[in-house]
Amino acid sequence: MHQFEYLKMENKKLEELQQVIVQPSNPKKDQLLETFKSLDYSVEGEYYQNLRKEALAEIAALELPTSGTEFWKYTRLGKIVNKKYQVVKGKIDSIQPFLIPNLDANIIVLINGFYNAELSAITEQDGIVISSLSEAKQKNVEQLKSTFNQYTKNRNELFLAINNAFHTDGVYIQIGKNKIAEKPYHIINITTHDNILAQTRNLFVADKNSSVKIIESFVNIHGKENFINSVAELIVGENAFLEYNKIQDKNEENYTISTEQVYQNANSNFTINTATFNGALVRNNLTIEVDASNCETNLSGLYLGKNNDHIDNHTIVDHKKPHCNSNEIYRGVLDDSSTGVFNGKVFVRQHAQKTNAFQKNNTILLSDDAVSNSKPELEIYADDVKCSHGSTTGQIDEEAVFYLQSRGVSRKSAINLMINAFAKDTLEKVSIDALHNYINTKIEERFA
Amino acid sequence: MAYSEDELKKELKDQEYKYGFTSNIASEVIPKGLNEDVVRLISTKKNEPQWLLDFRLKAFAHWKTMVEKRWAHVSYPTIDFQNISYYAAPKGKKEVSWDEVDPEMKATMDKLGISMDEQKALSGVAVDFVFDSVSVKTSFKEKLGELGVIFCSFSEAVAEHPELVKKYLGSVVPSTDNFYAALNSAVFSDGSFCYIPKGVRCPMELSTYFRINEANTGQFERTLLIADENSYVSYLEGCTAPMRDENQLHAAVVELISLDGAEIKYSTVQNWYPGDKDGKGGIYNFVTKRGICYTGSKISWTQVETGSAVTWKYPSCILKGDNSIGEFYSVAVTNHYQQADTGTKMIHLGKNTKSTIISKGISAGFSNNSYRGLVQINKNATNARNFTQCDSLLMSDHCGAHTFPYIEVKNSTAKIEHEATTSKIGEDQIFYCNQRGISTEKAINLIVNGYCKDVLNKLPMEFAVEAQKLLEISLEGSVG
Repeated sequence: MHQFEYLKMENKKLEELQQVIVQPSNPKKDQLLETFKSLDYSVEGEYYQNLRKEALAEIAALELPTSGTEFWKYTRLGKIVNKKYQVVKGKIDSIQPFLIPNLDANIIVLINGFYNAELSAITEQDGIVISSLSEAKQKNVEQLKSTFNQYTKNRNELFLAINNAFHTDGVYIQIGKNKIAEKPYHIINITTHDNILAQTRNLFVADKNSSVKIIESFVNIHGKENFINSVAELIVGENAFLEYNKIQDKNEENYTISTEQVYQNANSNFTINTATFNGALVRNNLTIEVDASNCETNLSGLYLGKNNDHIDNHTIVDHKKPHCNSNEIYRGVLDDSSTGVFNGKVFVRQHAQKTNAFQKNNTILLSDDAVSNSKPELEIYADDVKCSHGSTTGQIDEEAVFYLQSRGVSRKSAINLMINAFAKDTLEKVSIDALHNYINTKIEERFA
Repeated sequence: MAYSEDELKKELKDQEYKYGFTSNIASEVIPKGLNEDVVRLISTKKNEPQWLLDFRLKAFAHWKTMVEKRWAHVSYPTIDFQNISYYAAPKGKKEVSWDEVDPEMKATMDKLGISMDEQKALSGVAVDFVFDSVSVKTSFKEKLGELGVIFCSFSEAVAEHPELVKKYLGSVVPSTDNFYAALNSAVFSDGSFCYIPKGVRCPMELSTYFRINEANTGQFERTLLIADENSYVSYLEGCTAPMRDENQLHAAVVELISLDGAEIKYSTVQNWYPGDKDGKGGIYNFVTKRGICYTGSKISWTQVETGSAVTWKYPSCILKGDNSIGEFYSVAVTNHYQQADTGTKMIHLGKNTKSTIISKGISAGFSNNSYRGLVQINKNATNARNFTQCDSLLMSDHCGAHTFPYIEVKNSTAKIEHEATTSKIGEDQIFYCNQRGISTEKAINLIVNGYCKDVLNKLPMEFAVEAQKLLEISLEGSVG
């Protein structure tokens, strides 16, 4: 999205949006929208149906991104939009293969974008609401009115608008005031067949002084050419702590567009860790609005590309108020013909004085066919700030490899050792031990 | 030296933009408007051969199909291309000797500090002076001719060395390259041409001075610089314009060709009128500059950008040959309501190619200053190396400093480093200076100069001094 557009769209009202010239129909876009024709939302309240209608108006005004769309410059959507999909509920027998070893957590299972109560295992805790989003839409109307869809409107992003209009189901977690979630929440997104289109929609709210850790993993049994267009809204209340860990590990030819909209209140602490191990086409859109003072924001990401993988991470950290810190580090190891894209943007608004914002992207290319595109951006309108970014692309240091070899380590082991160290460093901010070990094991398996 | 505040204020007022005068020289301006006839008229006025007219017409035909792209981080009203006159020339036939040059014109040159007599005697810099649309005078032509160096106006080059112009014109910046390059290709009026023969090290610095004088005109000049095998040249470019309330368009194209083993050093001090302190008037500077490096050659761009209301400029290097080197050193200063979106592109195609980018941005007042750069390592560019450093200094809480680097790597042997910082001048640094009796204003100058030193050092001496002064003037009064 263009930097100006980003600032402008905030003030755009629905009426203005509707005045926007409706884009001429595009057969591919129509085909994609055709998928949702059979969906029925009549059980939902009028309030939610209106939200969906607003999103429809947005969709009409948005074009399918092309290579000329700056926000999608390095990611071609041909793979995704040239296919036909279906939205269906699925079934699986066991979630055993998708569990993280030694992790004591509440398990929530979403299959093909629908909530599955039987396979989920949740320990009730006082002051914490956890349910499917569709259930929350009926039971927690008041809470949802101030949170749900509040930060995802008019973002000028077609796929976000599509999710706004046609999301199926997802998870609602609300951690009440002064509550600390005893166990982390592990949400498992599973796709079961070929050509599934899953539109998960999650809403996580951490109220004042609360604390919660969430893991969301995207996996599949078998089945290829699935397309997941997931959206999560995360609202971090005053003095609250929220850690969100995202594991993307779908084998075969599968596509993901994943959007997180984060909103931070005063003195809050938000950490997101994204680990992408696989994916024919993965696009992560992460937007964090830091709309109050004294916030801390940590963003880490690791992407390991192989074969023809295309992994694209777009992040926006929008500092609107003074005295906040943000740290961002994304690292990639790209092998075979894989492509890694990093586009990080840090906004510092005029009133956000005393902001410290750091951004780093390091990439290692292991093959001559691998491609790395990096675009670390700073857009700064306040003067009393410390902001920096760094970006490097290179290969394993030959001297270090030689050092290890001279001490009797084989060349292959030496290189793997170096990659392991490089990759493992990235997700230091993961505070759940079992998850941390799981990620490290995955890295070791890849480079052994 | 102790200033009283009044003295300082007076000085600032006077110094605001000292090149803002208008010269009263009779000139010939063609009517406003742009169509094929205008393109033909310009061509006819310059007695151009058919091939050049064809080049213009082709560019114009393409330009008509193009839409102005607005991706740069600058905003300006839509330009009415029919409300610009595309050709303005001082009247009278072209002077032959220095003595015959219009006295008013001489006075203008004197004011600009490029008195040719003086330059001839002292600094040994050959100057080509482009006034509005045409090149007025080139000094040192004979002396350079002895070495085989061709340094003349573009029109002369077309007449006298058509084979060179034909071969290289549009070879680096095709006439269809972008909106403003296409416009320039259609209506360019004059410019400088330079050819350094094989193995020649040009003994003096070559310099072009651009001046817009006439109101309601646009300036579209074209520079073509060819350094043949193993030659060396250092080229300087300066620009000024009168203070006017309306905005004027400047859309130039510069093409550099650095053949095997050659080295080109291209320095610019851009000081077009930046508009007044309320953002009224000023030049729109939309320039396409690009050079191509063949085996073992080098192109070094150095720029000090202090002027123009809106700047849109990306001097680039195509590192085509193996072992070639591209460099970009830039200081961009914006004050008041100026906007700059500038940077570079380094396209690595050959093996063992190296590039260095040092960009220093300074924003003050209500201005916006962006660095936008591309480093592209292509598949066959093994062992390519890039180092990029972009620093931004913010001097007020209403200005903006932005960095938009694009890093595209398609080869696993490449080593790319990019770093950028944004901050303001530390209060502790100013305090330190104050403590030692240096006023805040001077302390800021000192710090800014130190901050820009990496780039200023790359400029030829005379230019470095001028640039340093310019920095002071541009920033004076910006810190309160």
